[in-house]
Amino acid sequence: MLGLSKKDTTFLLIVMFLTLATPILLQPFPEGSGLAQFNAGYPDLMQRFAIYGIFAIGFNILFGLTGYLSFGHAAFLGVGSYSVVWMYKLLSYNVLPGLILAVIMSALFALLIGYVSLRRSGIYFSILTLAMAQMSFNLAYSVLTPLTNGETGLQVYGDDPQVLMGEGGPTSPHFFGIVMNEATKVDFAGWQFTFSNGYYFCAIIAIIVFYISLRIFRSPFGLMLRAIKTNQTRMSYTGLNTRPYTLAAFVISGMYAGLAGGLLAAMDPLAGAERMQWTASGEVVLMTILGGAGTLMGPVLGAGFIKYFENIFSKINDNVLHGWFAVLPDGLEDTIVFLMHPFIGKGWHLTLGLLFMLVVIFLPGGLIEGGQRLRNWIKRDKEPKGPSKDTEHHPKPKPHVA
Amino acid sequence: MTKLTISRRGLIKTGAFVGAGLAMPTIFTSRANAFTNAPMGSTVTLGFNVPQTGPYADEGADELLAQKLAVEHLNGEGDGGCLNTFTSKALKGNGILGKKVEFVTGDTQTKSDAARASARSMIEKDGAIMINGGSSSGVAVAVQGLCQEAGVIFMAGLTHSNDTTGKDRKANGFRHFFNAYMSAAALAPILAKELGTDRNAYHLTADYTWGWTQQESMQAATEAMGWKTVNNVLTPLATTDFSSYIAPVINAGADVLVLNHYGGNMVNSLTNAVQFGLLDKMVNGKDFKIIVPLYSELMAAGAGDNIKGVLGSMNYNWQLQNEGSKAFVKSFGEKYGRPPSNSAQTCYAQVLLYADACERAGTFNPCGVAEALEGFEFDGLGNGKTMYRKEDHQCFKDVLVVRGAQNPTTAYDTLEIVEVTPVDHVTYPPNHPMFGGDDASLGTCNAGA
Repeated sequence: MLGLSKKDTTFLLIVMFLTLATPILLQPFPEGSGLAQFNAGYPDLMQRFAIYGIFAIGFNILFGLTGYLSFGHAAFLGVGSYSVVWMYKLLSYNVLPGLILAVIMSALFALLIGYVSLRRSGIYFSILTLAMAQMSFNLAYSVLTPLTNGETGLQVYGDDPQVLMGEGGPTSPHFFGIVMNEATKVDFAGWQFTFSNGYYFCAIIAIIVFYISLRIFRSPFGLMLRAIKTNQTRMSYTGLNTRPYTLAAFVISGMYAGLAGGLLAAMDPLAGAERMQWTASGEVVLMTILGGAGTLMGPVLGAGFIKYFENIFSKINDNVLHGWFAVLPDGLEDTIVFLMHPFIGKGWHLTLGLLFMLVVIFLPGGLIEGGQRLRNWIKRDKEPKGPSKDTEHHPKPKPHVA
Repeated sequence: MTKLTISRRGLIKTGAFVGAGLAMPTIFTSRANAFTNAPMGSTVTLGFNVPQTGPYADEGADELLAQKLAVEHLNGEGDGGCLNTFTSKALKGNGILGKKVEFVTGDTQTKSDAARASARSMIEKDGAIMINGGSSSGVAVAVQGLCQEAGVIFMAGLTHSNDTTGKDRKANGFRHFFNAYMSAAALAPILAKELGTDRNAYHLTADYTWGWTQQESMQAATEAMGWKTVNNVLTPLATTDFSSYIAPVINAGADVLVLNHYGGNMVNSLTNAVQFGLLDKMVNGKDFKIIVPLYSELMAAGAGDNIKGVLGSMNYNWQLQNEGSKAFVKSFGEKYGRPPSNSAQTCYAQVLLYADACERAGTFNPCGVAEALEGFEFDGLGNGKTMYRKEDHQCFKDVLVVRGAQNPTTAYDTLEIVEVTPVDHVTYPPNHPMFGGDDASLGTCNAGA
């Protein structure tokens, strides 16, 4: 179907199902139960899952396929957001013109930054992209204040032109009348599911761009990018100019980032310079590595994992802990809370850091590798051990995190 | 590239699947509510959104302590604090409208983006019906806009920019804290008296909405009494070392340095300025002076000896001796072992004011609550007589002019009150040009879904 092999079609269908059913899947605990704290099925977080999923999918096209580690992708995220908010200010709250502009602007930016940065590879490339992104951040933060409103963040004001805005049109972001922040809440035997317009808008775009990335992975172009990762020097010696390929990959992943940034502003009409800071660039690197660089599903998993920690773990405070352990004797309860305190609330970075270290050390292929090992382990009991299936002696894939 | 072949069967299958996926959300019926997050059970949830990390983290921690205290008092625990001195007697200590008050917290990180994300999660996930707190005007303006869209009430915490109730004012947003215009209006006469009317001022300004309006207000007020403004330099909020900004001050011919900085920024810039020996200099035959228009106890504690003699203004100081202030300082001190800061006081007052407005309105509906707050006059929360103005949702009350104490006896009386400027001297019309002029409007109240 759609030019995919049977296996990939099944894969895509599973992804589509998971994405569309997210509002139900992420709400496993009934409202009011003690575990409702861990539910993640509210619009803001689900939108973030989808948006950062797109961001990570795009980043993976560059990092996973060519091995070029960019530390400056947040710049494109910011460019996308600013484009969308400017379209709100000038035209109307319809997200479409903004998103189109976001993709075009980030492509131009990526072309510029990529053209300069891709003259070097390895660590020098990383540093160049980092420098470019920090430069963009500082420009947005202070120098270009008239364009970006600096630290305050770009917002829509009542006196903005909004020339296409008709009388009585929606006064928040919408897609031809489908208002993003509207949601349908359904109560079902104690569970509460929220089906938000904004989430489904992001989810459908995420499925489309996931499909595109799948096609890129399976195409000769994707194969060329993988070849660059395996041995760029040999590619050059055979007379191939690799620059156009890497530049194309860089621009494509920049467009993905711009789209993600645009969607952020489509869900919440505000663009802040912090989106361009190096921490945001680092975050997408973490997402990709945590999930499994070079795999299709990995970066999306990684994005979900990190956003879940950021939003759910960071909200557990001492009061909640005391609530959980209230059954224990006082002394023991206080000790446990004291021991857990550094790892919850604002200490969620610490927990995430520990998990990240564990993943990198024991599962260099990320969460995906964890899943594969688990599957193999279950399968092993059923199948008799035979000789390795790799009769052609393929070389082992190079680890992403060496 | 693999060839894209579309078979009839494939197309129908795909179409059916996509159609089913798209239609899924619409087959459920929507649940009608009068307003966003109407409390259904026996509890009501408030959202406390404060900076727990970043340059204003100290202020945020103190705000959170005060908010927890306010919730205790509303639920009838503790000694009741200002419930006993508040002129409105609607609150009974049995929660709000008989519902027990619960709260959730979030970290604004002093970033507009993060603050909106945490406020959204409190509204969408935890069902918060009111958002309170924050320690930066950039954040306050951003979160106020979000609350307006979501249809909940925003009770601003520490936000001093003119814009919050000026050009960015919103029908769902309320500010108890004073603002940059009031600071400048209160400071100007004292400055004229102590420093003379012939001075050259050099401004260092935090580069965001608060800094801009603070600088604008100070420049206007000081120029009106005869001062000259030599230069205004914008500094990024994330700056931690201000040496490169302080060095040029000496050569600019200025004899007054105005630090439009707050929190960790101000501690660092003031320390840098003192290290450069600015205060020991004589320029144009006058002693060099430093002014910090917006002060807080936490900043004073952070800056240590450097603040001795430095003038500034405050919304509230625990040394005030009115009944409300005494009651608040007593219960805060008994619980946490030290006096409250002015950011703590404004958040405490805001939570109580919100609860009281719900009681008087008899509903949690944001539009009803807003109506009850508009034009509300009260006393007994620590600031003396106060009024919530209907036109811009700004509180009007006396402003304190303070000075770094020469001989503090404890760690908490590092600031001494120079004068209590009466409210008449700091009042301005709602359409003042610094507050958005005639174009600024609250819009209409939004109760959400």
